[in-house]
Amino acid sequence: MYFLLKNKRIYKGHQIMINHHSMDEVKLFGFWPSPFSRRVIWALKLKGVNYEYIEEDLPYNKSDLLLQYNPVHKKIPVLVHGGKPIAESLVILEYIDEVWPQNPLLPKDSYERSVARFWAKFIDEKGPIMWEFYLKFGEEQEKAINNSIEILRTIEEHGLEDKKFFGGDKMGITDLVFGLVIHILVPMEEIVGVKFIKEETFPRLHAWIKNFSEQPIIKDNVPDYSRVVDFFKRRRETYRLSAHPNH
Amino acid sequence: MGEENKVILHGMWASPFSKRVELALKLKGIPFEYVEEDLKNKSAEILHYNPVHKKIPVLVHNGKPIAESLVILEYIDETWKNNPRFLPQDPYKRARVRFWTSFVQQHLFETMFTVVKTDGEAQEKAVKELLEKLQVLEEGIKEFFPDGNICIDSNNVGLLDLVLLSVFGPYNVQEEVLGIKIIDMEKTPLVYSWLRAINQLPLVKESIPPHDKLAAVLKFMRENALKSSSA
Repeated sequence: MYFLLKNKRIYKGHQIMINHHSMDEVKLFGFWPSPFSRRVIWALKLKGVNYEYIEEDLPYNKSDLLLQYNPVHKKIPVLVHGGKPIAESLVILEYIDEVWPQNPLLPKDSYERSVARFWAKFIDEKGPIMWEFYLKFGEEQEKAINNSIEILRTIEEHGLEDKKFFGGDKMGITDLVFGLVIHILVPMEEIVGVKFIKEETFPRLHAWIKNFSEQPIIKDNVPDYSRVVDFFKRRRETYRLSAHPNH
Repeated sequence: MGEENKVILHGMWASPFSKRVELALKLKGIPFEYVEEDLKNKSAEILHYNPVHKKIPVLVHNGKPIAESLVILEYIDETWKNNPRFLPQDPYKRARVRFWTSFVQQHLFETMFTVVKTDGEAQEKAVKELLEKLQVLEEGIKEFFPDGNICIDSNNVGLLDLVLLSVFGPYNVQEEVLGIKIIDMEKTPLVYSWLRAINQLPLVKESIPPHDKLAAVLKFMRENALKSSSA
């Protein structure tokens, strides 16, 4: 038995703040190796939001629903809440945080929020540059590897600093975005034969990886490692054959 | 006493990123000190406040720096809650504003940049892409102006208005320097009317740099880019 009292619902004697749509149906269109949909999965799991996951067959077989829900970019992830679509992963994360405030992704203080947003944006933008090395060969690969190291250096020195997580004691939005390291960067390193984040080279990021990977929400929601390695191995091979037949 | 809410904006007069923050502060009536940065000779403060990008704009509020214009705009809206509110209250509407802001910033602006910095075939391709994306924007913004009525005043200017203005506000200058029609009243009537409405706001009118100065900067940028790409 519950009744509506402004924004509050009194259910079985417990007062619950409910955003007026938080009980509507949630769907997520994603792609299992994509870091952009992975971070949304983590956010939904972290907040205990029930959702239906729709696996898209990328890139050649996008569903009609996806094209209907994201006509501008035709990309995943798309979150559909109560029939209303939201696209762009960082926009989705902010939306999720606003509708389901439990286990917040962003701090309360506006200055701290601006710092979190700065780093989420930085890592989101630099992500693709960080993993460019896996589709490069020879000298270009060397250059790309150096770029990746520089970016990681910046993230460690200015972003993570001495904190356990980017969000402080608990994971926040930036942790979910940097999480691409564990399911994208590490497999690619293995394929190419490099290792960026070692205890000697990036001690704080190295510790972060351990702390992050051990979080139950993360541990239980990463794609199968060997499946990821296979996927990227094949992609790299396809790319090599089409772009660099002599390598 | 005056230290309690000290706001400093490090900016550059011709930068669209800086301009949008400057306007945001003025629209909210926030007193601030403006520091004009020489981009060829960046101050020690910029290097200290924004060690990651070493760029303007940087907002310094009571000694604490914030970088990245869109991050700054959200910070301003969350810290000074008076009108105009740059984002609506409803989470879904906020997501739509953020989505289109991202579109204008990441797609339209970047393509515009390419148009400015290229010529020949490369420029033709970029122009085509720009006009296509403007059509996408034209369609997209119908959700904000459902009956085609554009009513913008200094009390309801939002994030998307500010970003659109900073990118295409000076479209007359852009069209003159590039010799290309960008904001066509017939092809994109909503975008055209929208830009006109924002450009008419008194605070905007007094903040936009003179036509000739902007044209000179744009010409210079273009010439430099073409020179270095053919070198």
